[in-house]
Amino acid sequence: MTESTTPPPSPEIQAGSEDVTVPMGASTPEPGHQKAEQASRILEASRSFGITPEQYMLPAQQQIRMLDPEGNLISESEQGTGPGHEYPIPEDDVLLKAYEGLVAGRRINDQNYALVRQGRLAVYPSSHGQEACQVGAALGLGTQDWMFPTYRDTVSVITRGVDPLEVMVSFRGDWHCGYNPHDYKVSAMSTPLTTQLLHAVGVAHAAKLRGEDTVVLAMCGDGATSEGDFHEALNFAAVFEVPVVFFVQNNGYAISVPLSSQSAAPSLAHKAIGYGMAGEQVDGNDMVAVLATLRRAVHLARENSTPLLLEATTYRMQAHTNADDDTRYRDSEEVEQWKRKDPLKRMRTFLTNKGLLDEATEERISAKAEEIAASLRQAMTTEPKGDPLELFEHVYAEPTAQLHEQRDQLADELTRAEEGGHA
Amino acid sequence: MSATTATKSTTTSFASALNTAMSDAMENDPSVVVFGEDVGTLGGVFRITDGLTKRFGENRCFDTPLAESGIAGTAVGMAINGMRPVIEMQFDAFAYPSLEQIFSHIAKMANRTRGNVRLPIVIRIPYGGGVGGVEHHCDSSEAYYAHTPGLKVFTPATVADAYLMLREAIDSEDPVVFFEPKKLYWSKEAEDLSELRAEYESGTSSRRIGAEANAQIVREGTDVSIISYGPSVSTALKAAEATAEDGISAEVLDLRSIVPFDDAALQATVEKTGRAVVVAEAQGFASVASEITARIQERCFHSLSSPVLRVTGFDIPYPAPKLEEHHLPDVDRILDTLDELQWED
Ligand SMILES: Cc1ncc(C[n+]2csc(CCOP(=O)(O)OP(=O)(O)O)c2C)c(N)n1
Ligand SMILES: [Mg+2]
Repeated sequence: MTESTTPPPSPEIQAGSEDVTVPMGASTPEPGHQKAEQASRILEASRSFGITPEQYMLPAQQQIRMLDPEGNLISESEQGTGPGHEYPIPEDDVLLKAYEGLVAGRRINDQNYALVRQGRLAVYPSSHGQEACQVGAALGLGTQDWMFPTYRDTVSVITRGVDPLEVMVSFRGDWHCGYNPHDYKVSAMSTPLTTQLLHAVGVAHAAKLRGEDTVVLAMCGDGATSEGDFHEALNFAAVFEVPVVFFVQNNGYAISVPLSSQSAAPSLAHKAIGYGMAGEQVDGNDMVAVLATLRRAVHLARENSTPLLLEATTYRMQAHTNADDDTRYRDSEEVEQWKRKDPLKRMRTFLTNKGLLDEATEERISAKAEEIAASLRQAMTTEPKGDPLELFEHVYAEPTAQLHEQRDQLADELTRAEEGGHA
Repeated sequence: MSATTATKSTTTSFASALNTAMSDAMENDPSVVVFGEDVGTLGGVFRITDGLTKRFGENRCFDTPLAESGIAGTAVGMAINGMRPVIEMQFDAFAYPSLEQIFSHIAKMANRTRGNVRLPIVIRIPYGGGVGGVEHHCDSSEAYYAHTPGLKVFTPATVADAYLMLREAIDSEDPVVFFEPKKLYWSKEAEDLSELRAEYESGTSSRRIGAEANAQIVREGTDVSIISYGPSVSTALKAAEATAEDGISAEVLDLRSIVPFDDAALQATVEKTGRAVVVAEAQGFASVASEITARIQERCFHSLSSPVLRVTGFDIPYPAPKLEEHHLPDVDRILDTLDELQWED
């Protein structure tokens, strides 16, 4: 694969490709059993690449990877790409921006990990080791696009541009969500697993009905793919032909449960074809590959108004949260092996080899990351005291009579407490 | 808590009482199986199933794919085919994906089939707040289940009950939703598990959960009855102690089982004291506390010297950790409510 500075090719029909005969399914449909419109879009797309719909929808033979574990660019023939699965390497400025995101992301994870250990955060699900996915998710989107993150995706949310202080509100335990989702087109980080994928599909569906150019990135983990909502979301997205990119960060575990106990599918990306959409698997610790695949998925979703599924294989280097003890279910040897594939180091080596990263740039980038870390610490020291009476404020657009009463009760208690406590 | 337990030399945690109840049931009956998310290798996020896979093997205690509807739905099939599933929901609010299976099938199967298909399933749910948990980790969701005919709803408040009531739930021919107050998991009491085992297995324990006579007076008093269950019982007891200093003698009733409901015990205590305050963590509107209050009014109206009052959570979504103290019923709020009762005729 050569590097390109133009956007990846769209699968619009290319002249001369009509002669590729590509039946959908094994036989002609029975009356009343015609395939959905979706099928014809997949058919068109696959024709344009000169491959069958199955070849288009199934993931490539191997996961897409551009960098070896050391960070050297690997030969084009070994990147896993092929017809219909082409992933041009992003432009230099994008690569550099991604590196900046990685450095900041690592700093955010480590700062918050420290804060939670000091007992200054209620909880922090760290994405240490998954930063390439985190950064790729944010950089793959345009400003008009929406992101639906989980509890693990702090770094994505900050990279997308949400004020770190606002993001920390929930982890500090002040309120459930500290930013206005509409301001950033980033939904409130979701904890009930997989439920947000359906919301993502709904946003995309509404955008389609309203004639907006909006792609929605729906994020979840490997374990979350087992929930029923995963099935419903992918199916709705495919049936309604809406531009959603389902981005699964497969970090190998759902708390203690390994992927092998979660799914018997050849890969999570293979699930796509069952819904009539394209799936791809990418090395989630390879920043270049993550960017390339995500950007193309977003592009295809936008151009064709179709959903896609992207599975990034990565690894959670730290425990599930501070409340978890990962030594109970995995050996440190396994963790050590993944250290070798650290996304940050790989990207640094790649960019240095490419001549894009000198000492001055490196210094500028770490200074910026330091700034974010400082603002996170600051967020903890300023610790605004929440107003208990806000508890009654956002339950309904207009508080009910009962809530007014309960608010008065609490206000009275608070006044009496200030005046010297319960008699 | 009672005088007999206080003399025991061994202390036992709430968590290990639950754990031992399951392992004893598994030991006695090969059809008992335990499954859910992270219950195998990890032993559950609260370690309540710790060691069960190691001891009984992966066929008896196992991790499932991450899908609560799948867990509850396959428990139905397992029970149809002769097993006694004990399933774990990781947290209160994460049971919600399983509600269709619970409400439409687990609760109704016996009725639909005229008793031909009974589902002896136990659904264990860590519930309630007070542990600094973030959103979706602190719900008191008992009313949804109690409102659904066909489900029994148990909630222990003591270490002894953690053991005895879970054994009872596993032996029940009806499905039981077993609510474990998560703030009590780490609490310890002077209890000896081998004595509790002997008590349960003797079949003659006075603490068995049956069709009636399930509630227990955990503190005697004469002026007012504080009626409570699960995580709120200890708060009610503290309030009773505090109010004794003001010369008010409060009796505390621990319901233990919400369904079946012990009307007789409720009636006896309220008729004795003539006043009642109901305490529960859950939001008060259309709640178990509402039901208790209504039943008192229906049965004890002529014995009452004061309106029945409730101390519950506010009618709001469970707050973020830093604000939860303002939401949960605490001793002060119970004392305020006791003050509000009518004390003179
Ligand atoms: C519906 C639901 N069930 C259970 C949980 C508890 N829980 C939180 S995270 C988690 C594991 C999720 O694993 P995965 O989807 O792989 O994401 P990861 O945490 O690895 O990023 C579980 C079981 C939940 N949040 N929501
Ligand atoms: Mg995972």
